Amino acid sequence: MNRFIPRILLAPAVLTLFLWMIVPLVMSIYFSVIRYNLMQPDQSGFIGLENFEYFITDPSFGTAVSNTLLLLGSVIVLTVVVGILLALLVDAPFPGRNIVRILLISPFFVMPTVNALLWKHMMMNPIYGVLAQVWIFFGATPVDWLTDWPLWSVILIVTWQWLPFATLIFITALQSMDREQLEASRMDGATYLQQLRYLYIPHLGRSMAVVVMIEMIFLLSVFAEIYTTTGGGPGDASTNVAFLIFKQALLNFDAGVASAGALFAVVLANIAGIFLIRMVGKNLDK
Amino acid sequence: MNTQNKLLLYVRTLAAWGVALLLFFPLGWLVLTAFKTELQAIAVPPLLLFTPTLENFTIVEERSDYLLYAQNSLITSVASTLLGLALAFPAAYSMAFFKGKYTKDILMWMLSTKMMPAVGALVPIYVLAQNSGLLDTRTGLTIIFTLSNLPIMVWMLYSQFKEIPGEILEAARMDGATLWQEFRMVLLPLTLGGLASTGLLCLVLSWNEAFWSLNLSAAKAGTLATLIASYSSPEGLFWAKLSAASFMAIAPIVVFGWFSQKQLVQGLTFGAVK
Repeated sequence: MNRFIPRILLAPAVLTLFLWMIVPLVMSIYFSVIRYNLMQPDQSGFIGLENFEYFITDPSFGTAVSNTLLLLGSVIVLTVVVGILLALLVDAPFPGRNIVRILLISPFFVMPTVNALLWKHMMMNPIYGVLAQVWIFFGATPVDWLTDWPLWSVILIVTWQWLPFATLIFITALQSMDREQLEASRMDGATYLQQLRYLYIPHLGRSMAVVVMIEMIFLLSVFAEIYTTTGGGPGDASTNVAFLIFKQALLNFDAGVASAGALFAVVLANIAGIFLIRMVGKNLDK
Repeated sequence: MNTQNKLLLYVRTLAAWGVALLLFFPLGWLVLTAFKTELQAIAVPPLLLFTPTLENFTIVEERSDYLLYAQNSLITSVASTLLGLALAFPAAYSMAFFKGKYTKDILMWMLSTKMMPAVGALVPIYVLAQNSGLLDTRTGLTIIFTLSNLPIMVWMLYSQFKEIPGEILEAARMDGATLWQEFRMVLLPLTLGGLASTGLLCLVLSWNEAFWSLNLSAAKAGTLATLIASYSSPEGLFWAKLSAASFMAIAPIVVFGWFSQKQLVQGLTFGAVK
């Protein structure tokens, strides 16, 4: 076969993705060094790094970065740990296992906007919400989740949404466990905890890498959940980097500062990417 | 089975069902609320037993032209899936069977485009969409969905293709098969499962995509995600109607997800988990 054909086949995907990356990037770089406020179109011109300075010295900036990392970290830890526990629970056969499986994985297929609204209104509303009713039932004062614990509420919602994904993958991975090995370890008198430590967890290593990788890609830019529940507030208690850029661009109409922020997000994504590539390289290489 | 094992099975069954029902509860509650009247929806304490009504569904359809949004969702997600497969299939084939010096770098680079938050590209893309007349069109959304799913699709297909021994394709080539015949007669039948799982995931992701739909579409090309967002404004805050609209927006894709879960896992884990 002609050695050009593979390149020709690869070209359309690479070219379109390259454009998808480079065009916004170049435009962002351009916007980031000019004064570009949609509300003040008459004031424009080159301003150097002022937009970057403005974005980074914004009092919300530090909060947004730490919120982004906190959200990413806690959701990943929660989904992996609880996901493994759930997968172990439904691994052995019991009556109705298929239905249980379907119930467990459903939230993953629900659009994030719906999830967020469902939690905001029907679960977390401090007066009518189901959680408030549960609190009252036990004689406690209902919590105003989105006001008092905004970031943790978002983390709870996002975790609920991604837990099914982790569980689903761990369930599948467990099905390929070597049953004879498990049986043998049991014969040798290994306790369940020892089996967990030396057989189950090592076996799940690869799928953990996959879960962390995919979640990292999607969770770095969580947006819809914050937009629909807290709007980044109160103050900027639940603002992440993605939402901060959105706020600059669409609420302050400052495309210049938003572009500076976008470039910062690229840097953040790339730092995360370096870790990711190391991990994936190790775990997915055959 | 001895008594201890029986007890263990009993505990396991109870625990699994308990946890599953607890985690499913919010969704179940949404479905229940969709069939309540507005008064029943905010009743304190919450109502578990009531006479179901279909009134909310009728109102949602009358008020907001549900079918148009559903149609937009369906068209954009199917079209972006097909377009994505058309781009990703040859690329993945090329990388899996003609591994070059840079193949791994290209794969990693593709994935890295997915890690940049969409919001970072919002201003430029918005400007471009506006200037090219693609704002609030199904074509515009389709293109965006395709591009944002493309890296994952290439990855999924690539790992599926890696499982196929290259000798099979070589044999076909020896027998004089053209590239097209090789695709159609050998590769396609062998990778139908992988193609299906890739397509399924892309469909789910596009259907549920909210960021671009919210920012680049309005009345004309709005998808179901846009419709739901319009129900979240303070004036439109009616739980029963919100639930009915949500129910109609998620039911197709959730049921679809149930049926395709096995396929999905295979693809999603890039073949790394069996």
